[in-house]
Amino acid sequence: MSVTTADNEKWDINISSKTSLLDIDIKEIWRYRDLLVMFIIRDVVTRYKQTILGPLWFMLQPILTAVIYTLIFSRIARISTNDTPPILFYLGSLTLWNYFSETFGIISKTFTENANVLGKVYFPRLVLPLSKAISGIMKMLMQFVIFFGVLIYHVFVTHKASPNWYALTFPLLLIVIALFSMGAGLLITALTSKYRDLSFLVVFGIQLYMYLTPVIYPLSIASPDKQVWLWLNPLTAIFEAFKYSFLGANAGQWNNFWLGYSLLFTLVMFLVGLIMFNKVEKKFIDVI
Amino acid sequence: MSSNIVIKAENISKQYQIGQIGTGMISHDIKRWWALMRGKEDPYLKVGMENDRTQKATSAYTWAVKDINFDVQQGEALGVIGKNGAGKSTLLKLLSRVTAPTTGQIKIKGRVASLLEVGTGFHPELTGRENIYMNGTILGMTRKEIARKFDEIVDFSGVQMYIDTPVKRYSSGMYVRLAFGVAAHLEPEILIVDEVLAVGDAEFQKKCIGKMSDVASHGRTIIFVSHNLLAVQSLCKSAIFMKAGTIADSGPTEKVINNYLSREIRNCIEAKWDMDKAPGNDRIRLLSARINVEKQIDGQDVIDVNTPFDIDFEFYNGVDGQGVNLSLVLYTTSGVCVFNVTTPVAKLSKGHHTSRLRIPGSLLNDDIYTIVLFLVKDGSSVLHVVEDVLTFEVLDVKRGDTGWFGKWVGAVRPTMLEFTID
Repeated sequence: MSVTTADNEKWDINISSKTSLLDIDIKEIWRYRDLLVMFIIRDVVTRYKQTILGPLWFMLQPILTAVIYTLIFSRIARISTNDTPPILFYLGSLTLWNYFSETFGIISKTFTENANVLGKVYFPRLVLPLSKAISGIMKMLMQFVIFFGVLIYHVFVTHKASPNWYALTFPLLLIVIALFSMGAGLLITALTSKYRDLSFLVVFGIQLYMYLTPVIYPLSIASPDKQVWLWLNPLTAIFEAFKYSFLGANAGQWNNFWLGYSLLFTLVMFLVGLIMFNKVEKKFIDVI
Repeated sequence: MSSNIVIKAENISKQYQIGQIGTGMISHDIKRWWALMRGKEDPYLKVGMENDRTQKATSAYTWAVKDINFDVQQGEALGVIGKNGAGKSTLLKLLSRVTAPTTGQIKIKGRVASLLEVGTGFHPELTGRENIYMNGTILGMTRKEIARKFDEIVDFSGVQMYIDTPVKRYSSGMYVRLAFGVAAHLEPEILIVDEVLAVGDAEFQKKCIGKMSDVASHGRTIIFVSHNLLAVQSLCKSAIFMKAGTIADSGPTEKVINNYLSREIRNCIEAKWDMDKAPGNDRIRLLSARINVEKQIDGQDVIDVNTPFDIDFEFYNGVDGQGVNLSLVLYTTSGVCVFNVTTPVAKLSKGHHTSRLRIPGSLLNDDIYTIVLFLVKDGSSVLHVVEDVLTFEVLDVKRGDTGWFGKWVGAVRPTMLEFTID
């Protein structure tokens, strides 16, 4: 049957298997903004339903982890945090690290975990990872309050932390981390939709990655020749900058060059993740 | 020129990969990639077979939908019918953008909402209220729209009292009603509905059909896929009959349904299988099933509401001394279960055996019935289930002096029951 293409008509939706490299319909995502909001509410609200302390658990989590880390890494393994009180040091970098690892972890499972919903209804697929990145930020901000409390104590009572004006860049650092975890997560979920092998590595990889990032140690305790290698990790400059700006020069370093590198790396990563995600989102449901 | 066509499907096909996806498939992916890199066609697009589920697969690919073309006008209610595996659900998935076609394209004008199931996105921990918003936004409504319809939805589903209780505490009926309540209040320009009506009780189904014809009469377009021919008939003016991934017939519903019945249903009063293709397993296999009637018209077996007839089965028992019984469930094609009868358990030797069920006259109604047969061990563990073994139609006869000529309601019409006026 020949299709007469007197097609001057305007079609709203065109369903076919063809995709261009980056056809992301921002307008469509905007139209689904209410869904985005609902996903975020669902994430935050359902997490601690039927608990007595409720959202307080968001705040307790990093405290408990920081206490354990203080025992293990500081007291037993004797890894130095320079002059910064270990509990403050860990609390700060863990708040940030948890955001990255949880956001990356959950986005890297977007397709597999949501196959149920995605197999039944259409909405712009990007809404899901986007909602995870944002609900993660909200959770992180709650935890940040705890960190901030402990920070105030150490600034005014023990005088062992010295925040500076660079702290105002925190929102920017957060955005870079959000983009980085989204990019990496989108890439992994796209790559693991058909062959799952990689997802086994991810769990293990995140744990390992923490030790390659200055989370439980300041970069300055590594020897200068090793530091160069660690700077290559795009998260290093971000974490160092974060610690420098809130805790002081003992805890981290501000390095414009490597921050620029991180930013560039993140943008490329985000773009690659987006392209890959875009490539598989239409058909992944057939092979999931 | 601007036409009223709101959906235009052009040569759409969908290929699925069957069997396991794993180590073995990566070589296909590499070959495919290599062909594409050299600017050649995907080598696996040429292969693949018709989607016939009774045969063992001979290729790793199958065409669930092949070269389909159709247009849907604005305000049209289009029914899609066909047997299991005819490609109905795949077509729906393509239309609702859950997956993309392998080749071809579909063009759509207007906002689409698709209901492939009710309650998509419901979270057990969220309350009824929260889930209404969750589900509604997933289906493409804005929160403002939902807020405007909120009271109506709650009314429709009748769960006012539990609206702030997590839905995990709901009974399954309440859950479904709430879910359907949201779905029923969608106001898209195009509504795509799968057999969601299969859930819920008769009264609720009626409510849903009513709601859907409401939607249709307001100039919106509906595509409705269902096994329930009655529902299709009452809702849709035109229909598509799908068979093996292609459109076998399309046009006015009445005509399409008749064609469907004559091609897919009536001829099914005898089924025979070779040993190696017979449904079952090594313990037991069904070899043949047949309906035997004495009456014949034009060389065809005819069953009317007064005809007694036999259903004969032949099966192979693969384990010596195995305790076997058959359990037969009779359904109408609209899915109503009529009855379930079983044979006593018999210790059988290895080999061929036969079984017979006598159906007396004056029991069944005029309707189309299908048989599902359970092959059971020791009266309790099911060895195998054969769906749609046979399908047969019972015709009406001239009635006495009741004065009623319409369809007699009910799954059975047991006129042998005594009902008298003194």
